[in-house]
Amino acid sequence: MGALIEFREVYKLYQMGDETVHAVDGISMTVDKGEFVAIVGHSGSGKSTCMNIIGCLDVPTGGQYLLDGRDVGAMNDNQLAKIRNRMLGFIFQQYNLLPKLNVLENVEVSMMYGGIPRGERIERAEAALERVGLTDKLRNMPSQLSGGQQQRVSIARALAGDPSVILADEPTGALDSKTGHDVLHLLQELNREGNTIVLITHDNSIACMAPRIIRLADGRIVYDGPSGADGSVVTAEEAVAQ
Amino acid sequence: MSFFQSFKLALQSIRRSKMRAFLTMLGIIIGVGAVTVIVGMGNGMTNYISDSFESMGTNLVTASIQGRGTSRTVDVDDMYALVEKNPDVLSCVSPTVSVSGSVRAGDETSSTTSVTGVGEDYAAIKRYTVETGRFIQYVDILRRQKVCVVGSYVAKEYFSGNAVGQTIKVNGNAFTIVGVLGEEAESEESSTDDAVYIPYTVAAKLSWTGKITSYSFSAASEDTVDSAVTLIKNALYKVYESDDYYTVTSMTEMVDSMESMVNVVVLVLGAIAAISLVVGGIGIMNIMLVSVTERTREIGIRKSLGARQKDIMRQFVIEAGTISAMGGVLGIAVGYGLSAVATKVITSMMSETITVAPSGSAVLVAFSVSVAIGVVFGYLPARKAARLNPIDALRYE
Repeated sequence: MGALIEFREVYKLYQMGDETVHAVDGISMTVDKGEFVAIVGHSGSGKSTCMNIIGCLDVPTGGQYLLDGRDVGAMNDNQLAKIRNRMLGFIFQQYNLLPKLNVLENVEVSMMYGGIPRGERIERAEAALERVGLTDKLRNMPSQLSGGQQQRVSIARALAGDPSVILADEPTGALDSKTGHDVLHLLQELNREGNTIVLITHDNSIACMAPRIIRLADGRIVYDGPSGADGSVVTAEEAVAQ
Repeated sequence: MSFFQSFKLALQSIRRSKMRAFLTMLGIIIGVGAVTVIVGMGNGMTNYISDSFESMGTNLVTASIQGRGTSRTVDVDDMYALVEKNPDVLSCVSPTVSVSGSVRAGDETSSTTSVTGVGEDYAAIKRYTVETGRFIQYVDILRRQKVCVVGSYVAKEYFSGNAVGQTIKVNGNAFTIVGVLGEEAESEESSTDDAVYIPYTVAAKLSWTGKITSYSFSAASEDTVDSAVTLIKNALYKVYESDDYYTVTSMTEMVDSMESMVNVVVLVLGAIAAISLVVGGIGIMNIMLVSVTERTREIGIRKSLGARQKDIMRQFVIEAGTISAMGGVLGIAVGYGLSAVATKVITSMMSETITVAPSGSAVLVAFSVSVAIGVVFGYLPARKAARLNPIDALRYE
């Protein structure tokens, strides 16, 4: 069986006036099923573009991105939507809950687009919310919850769709360090339960929570290896200097 | 996402901003309401016209002769002969002679009362009933008797009901009242009940010219009205050899032409009212565009969760259609309310009963048009929403 996520010489070029920006400049990597990977880099390193491509929100301008063996670059808008719905679970820095829906409804939304019948939808949403410890908040509106709780709702939303990959984009960015750590521990637990997690962050200390780190700078991979190894926390400048 | 879920979503979103939704609907409410009332008024007018003409008899055919020189004339006997020869088409005829002048009853003078010289069959042709006494008879015509039959208004107003045997003066000539007609138009002034009928032979003398130029025919049945018109026209053409010197019209033709006039008026007014529907549609488009901008982030989130363009599109189109349809329903309610008010106002102002009644089909059309307007004007904003790039939409603050 092949890798779950496979980048083959992926490029993403933007035209900014006369200049061509290489946001992703020939990245090749693989992530296997059940891994917990952190993609680290400063702003402008290309990690957000990477996340967008992994998340099927964007398609590469060059190279191939295979998700579970299928070439995403060749897909149309509807197929991408379907992939996002079935295979990906997003966790955003700003939680991105729908403010006018209650907690349970928020978790249900993606399953609604997936055409899952109401009974099963509620069952799965409740199970996911129980998993993140929010059984008593089902009917609350997002605005009535703390930041940490809202982020756990968004984790439940990602979980409920039973995705192949959970993509977490700076999941602790808007939280204080203690709540942030709780959220990271939750992600670690979810990984231990078999979920594949890709964490995107600029923060080395957070990236260290993942067993494997991929460090980006200027659209290229400067380090790909275990988080405990010496090179794992080098800065981009040092990497360039080496 | 199913249609039903999209619909629920639309309702949720409308409920969240009731005031805005209501203001958006207002254009549609006014448009649909106005169209409903105008169509209702048109129906009321048409009903009123056909009712009042029907009471005069739909078998009625009138011929009026302008005449051509002195050598070509048609007299009363020719007309009676025409009826006698065609009993399967025409049943009877009566000459009618309008007499202008004043009517005096006792020491009161009426300027509204009409005086008409008629034949003995006139009551049958016009379907008038005789309440008391008798109608003009053949012998009165033959002998030029100064007798008359009065309408119920004249009897009530000037003789307090006991008119038979009394006298009434027309241009100074005294007529003995021999009969009173039944009520035709609620005994109002200037109505068909405000009339005096005298033998046409007498009337011809009173009118100075002595010529009888107008006839009322009764067709044998409603089905022979058209052939009666043709028959009379042919007979008159034989005499005058041109159709410029007489006119023959049937009551059904008149009803038709009046109804088509009302319809034209309704169409024009309705078209003006419909402009407000278009304005309402633009209002919906405007608000939906604002709503798409406001909800850019929501659209981004939904797309990241797997909403297809189609799903987003449907959500916004259904929302616009729902707002518009609600406006349509409210507009119909407003239209019915205004119709009831209009009926009261018209009745109290005009002393005629015109019921403003919106027709079911008009209401159905108004409703479907309002839904269609929502969908059409919601399409552009919905497409804009559906085509948003999810990455930009998610970053939108």
